[in-house]
Amino acid sequence: MNRVFPVLAIVAAVLFAAAPFVVAQTPNEATMGVVQKIFYYHVPAAMAMFLAAFVCGIASGMYLFKKNEAADRLAVAAAELAVVFGLIVLVTGPLWARKSWGVWWQWDARITSTLLMWMIFVAYLLVRRFGGAGAEKLSAALAVFGMANVPFVYISVNIWRTIHPTTAVVPKLPGGMKGPFWFCAVSFMLLFGLLLALRARLELRRAELDKLYLQADEE
Amino acid sequence: MQNAKCRMQYARRRLAVLLMLLTIAAAVAPAAAFAQPPQGSPQEEFVPVKDLPQQEQLPAAPLLVSAYAFVWVALLVYVWMVWRRLLKVEREMRDLAGRINQPGR
Repeated sequence: MNRVFPVLAIVAAVLFAAAPFVVAQTPNEATMGVVQKIFYYHVPAAMAMFLAAFVCGIASGMYLFKKNEAADRLAVAAAELAVVFGLIVLVTGPLWARKSWGVWWQWDARITSTLLMWMIFVAYLLVRRFGGAGAEKLSAALAVFGMANVPFVYISVNIWRTIHPTTAVVPKLPGGMKGPFWFCAVSFMLLFGLLLALRARLELRRAELDKLYLQADEE
Repeated sequence: MQNAKCRMQYARRRLAVLLMLLTIAAAVAPAAAFAQPPQGSPQEEFVPVKDLPQQEQLPAAPLLVSAYAFVWVALLVYVWMVWRRLLKVEREMRDLAGRINQPGR
């Protein structure tokens, strides 16, 4: 990891630096105009949030059923990333909505379920930090519920009446929008992978530090 | 006799007028029911968007720039926080390892 990480970090930084220039070349959307370009960061951030929720849920399941400590460390890292990327989604969305819908917030199925999912992962981190003994298992159970929420958030726009664009938008993107969108999506996924590795490393070092303290107490 | 004839003619005319008014009313009523509510006074001048009151103008560029700036700032702050926590833990580990390995302990 030590050799590959700096290379991938440079690639991610270059992709992120290039992304605004790539997005600037995309055509303006017919009805929403230039504000629609928030889409190129908003949707990849949502994809990263969903991925983080899946990683956290699966790793928490492994911790609950197999007592795998490494999986628990990965779950903590993924939960924190679900909160960070979720915050990006919940801030960029209203900035887009204010211009295209005329309101900052709408209590519709997609937006409300995304907020609830984000709050589940905030609760995970709070339980983890302040829950005391047994907090690991309680937070792991919360993460499984958070992961179970992902399909509902995804299909909510197709089932309930909502003013949020449906899931058909991305597969139907026209040529001038498709390339820049996937460029941004790859940038976000790469960054997600790097941040997950970095954050999981922090948890590993903390576990090692705890062992060192125990060793120091015994001697 | 002539008076009675005149009165008959007058009554027929009144009935005809009444029937005509009812026919017109029957034709107009549904149209009135489905009509749009009355609009305000018709537009007498065009207003350039830059002359709109401040609260009705909403330029898109600041919202777009704010969204992109927020993403960049949020990610940079997060990377910095994780990096700082990692450095702190590693420094603590070095200090502790140094104390454990100190001769005379």
